[in-house]
Amino acid sequence: MSSIDASGNAKTVIGGHKSRTSALLLLLHMRTFVALILVFTFFAIAAPNFLTTGNMLIISKHVALNAILAIGMTFVIIAGGIDLSVGSIVGLCAMVAGYLVLYGIDLGFVGVAYSVQFNTIEICLIVLVVGIFIGWINGMLITKLNVAPFIATLGILYVARGSALLFSEGRTFPNLSGNPEYGSDTFRVIGSGTFLGLPVSVWIMVVVALGAAYLATRTPLGRHIYAVGGNERGAALSGVNVDRTKLFVYMFSGLCAALVGLIISSQLQASHPATGETFELNAIAAAVLGGTSMSGGRGRIAGTIVGAFVIGILADGLIMMGVSSFWQTVIKGLVIIAAVVVDQVQQKLQARVVLQQNAN
Amino acid sequence: MTEANPIGLSIRNGSKIYPGTQALKNVDFDLRMGAVNVLVGENGAGKSTLMKIIAGVEQLNGGTIEIDGQQVVFADKTDAAKHGVGIVFQELNLFPNLTVAENIFVGHEKTRAGIHIDSQAQRSAAAALMKRLEQNIDPDTPLGNLRIGQQQIVEIAKALAENARILILDEPTSALSAAEVEVLFRVINDLRKQGVGIVYISHRLEELIRIGDYITVLRDGAITGSRSMQGVDIPWIVANMIGSASKEFPKTGDHELGQEVFRVDNVCLPSPAGGYAVDHMSLSVREGEIVGLYGLMGAGRSELLECIMAQHPNSSGQIFIGGKPVKEKSVSGRIRRGLALIPEDRKRDGLVQIMTIRENLTMSSLYDFTRGFHLSLKAEAAKAAEFVKRMAIKIASLEHPVSSLSGGNQQKVVIGKALMTKPKILLMDEPSRGIDIGAKAEIFRTMRRLAADGLGILFVTSDLEEVLALSDRVLVMANGRLTGQFPAGASAAEVISAATPNLNRVETQ
Repeated sequence: MSSIDASGNAKTVIGGHKSRTSALLLLLHMRTFVALILVFTFFAIAAPNFLTTGNMLIISKHVALNAILAIGMTFVIIAGGIDLSVGSIVGLCAMVAGYLVLYGIDLGFVGVAYSVQFNTIEICLIVLVVGIFIGWINGMLITKLNVAPFIATLGILYVARGSALLFSEGRTFPNLSGNPEYGSDTFRVIGSGTFLGLPVSVWIMVVVALGAAYLATRTPLGRHIYAVGGNERGAALSGVNVDRTKLFVYMFSGLCAALVGLIISSQLQASHPATGETFELNAIAAAVLGGTSMSGGRGRIAGTIVGAFVIGILADGLIMMGVSSFWQTVIKGLVIIAAVVVDQVQQKLQARVVLQQNAN
Repeated sequence: MTEANPIGLSIRNGSKIYPGTQALKNVDFDLRMGAVNVLVGENGAGKSTLMKIIAGVEQLNGGTIEIDGQQVVFADKTDAAKHGVGIVFQELNLFPNLTVAENIFVGHEKTRAGIHIDSQAQRSAAAALMKRLEQNIDPDTPLGNLRIGQQQIVEIAKALAENARILILDEPTSALSAAEVEVLFRVINDLRKQGVGIVYISHRLEELIRIGDYITVLRDGAITGSRSMQGVDIPWIVANMIGSASKEFPKTGDHELGQEVFRVDNVCLPSPAGGYAVDHMSLSVREGEIVGLYGLMGAGRSELLECIMAQHPNSSGQIFIGGKPVKEKSVSGRIRRGLALIPEDRKRDGLVQIMTIRENLTMSSLYDFTRGFHLSLKAEAAKAAEFVKRMAIKIASLEHPVSSLSGGNQQKVVIGKALMTKPKILLMDEPSRGIDIGAKAEIFRTMRRLAADGLGILFVTSDLEEVLALSDRVLVMANGRLTGQFPAGASAAEVISAATPNLNRVETQ
């Protein structure tokens, strides 16, 4: 999807110019995809067992988690914001999921000695609502109370992480195998089931990515997200409901985080309150690597997915080659910086090409 | 008088060319020391360009600058400052978070050993400057706590701190209250006595006559009048500003005006400085009518349009379209009711620069191409192409960023976006600002055509010639109030005197 999209787009921009500049521009435009191919080829040659089906499945499972978070993050960044709380929402949602599987909801607090138990679907819905709700709080803080997105979501990062720890007093919820009696024994399917040979989590990523790409390019809401990030005042004066648009992106980001929380607790058959720590940084990295501009208004879902794959393959490939995890961290950082530098070069070059065309 | 006011700086045969326009045409300008040299002209006449050249912000393409008989070339503003030229821009370049003393010395701090800021020395120097300007302002006050008028004084002090012998003031009174203007004039008087050469730019003609010693009038980049202020009156200034040869304006159409389509009743907007920015404004527009709203900067015209477009939650008053009250509180709601605004600042308010021409054009009408929640890109692109043709926008591709277009074509995109919402009333704030003459004429023709099709247009302008030539009816605002209402064909003098209600008071002094 990404390659066709990227080249198609580049061609319309470049038009009929067959100069060295335009060839370079095309290459730069597809840089994330080029990087993906390079990284993939490198490990295919250098790391034994890299190309096996089993390894591919493992990598795609790892990538799916980061990619889902990064999709939500991409919308937030395009709208000119940032969401630092997603890692903590993952943790809190994992704890909520674990608690519901183990205990249900005890009605003791209303004076009834009875606890309500839920089946898998109900558990999923409740957890997703929790994620969306936390995203809603982020959005309300930012739009109605005018808190800077960085600060609002930083605050919620701590609140959500603290709440996750409070849930179990810091302990892990183990053995989330569910109970056939309540219909929750299928909970493990989310993380470890497969469909048509692919892990369910990868399918979730595909569905979220397709939905998000559709939203971004084929709906008024998607266009509004870009407009708000590109020029908030201009968008408002054009009749765009800025607050509602911002509220949506944070709620969507919360939804994505809740999905990841569900997948992880199901995969591990356990919920640990520290789940998802620093995930927000990986999500930001994938979005930026995929060409999302931190100043808002620019970015594509396809780019973010490719960015998530570059980071995922880099991480797993380096592990397979036995590179120390310290070096992996250094390399990841360098790749992100390089991506942004290349992005700046491309912007400059593209502006020049467009100016030239207008002059002609 | 010439003996008492030696020429401190002179420009000979100065030319400045920007891409597409010649901003200054072989200008000869003498700046006299110990005097107030006023510079007057319409927007785009070249005042700002001339001033920027004296201040070293811009460089001449041809001609020379001499200071005290020595030819000089200013590489930049710092270079000009070394030669004793200081400038106070219309928009203050100050830091509200720093103190008065810190603001005065920002960029050229007084230091010990080059690194340690000598706050004590800065404070006493700032105090001395304040004394020289007869201001009772504590150098340790955070700048943000001062009133605008006092901030302006600090800006002047900043220029004086660099030993400015030549001080350029660009529209210094546009944001000041009457009392603050008096203070500023006292300061200017003192500086004049101290031998400082002052260049004073303003649209307020009565001020110029009161404070000026020498006057220079610019029109279309050329100097049309230059003399001592003795014997100068408003008609002389206006005649030189506007000239006899009119620019090409499209003829007023012969179409019949329809019924009243738009009415504003008693709109008020409290001003943060106290009083009202918009003071009980009422007006109406008929179908097919072009109503020009003239006034000086700060008269409250843009604020009125913003109130109409639901940008000020604190505003009061009522708006009617086709006789029915507009209750919608959101911009999208008002657009649905048939209002459309062309904002004054295209870059900041009108366009999303990084988005494409197509996306900008359809920004306000996306739901027209949407079924359920599916946006039809095909229908959208077709509509955008139709408007590009209709507005005669020159583009290479709909998919280019809008920032790649010229000012005139960008403005057409903004107008196209507004028209796509099928408005009944078009509000245009300075629709010809920052675009070249050819594009201006095209925009004016478009306005005429739209009016002939029955659209009501309310447009704001600071260009006297424009308001007189384009309007079916001229309204004048000053200090937030409606101060005059004239039919087409009103005289320039009438309109100007309505826009400067203090004129008579000043003249009798």
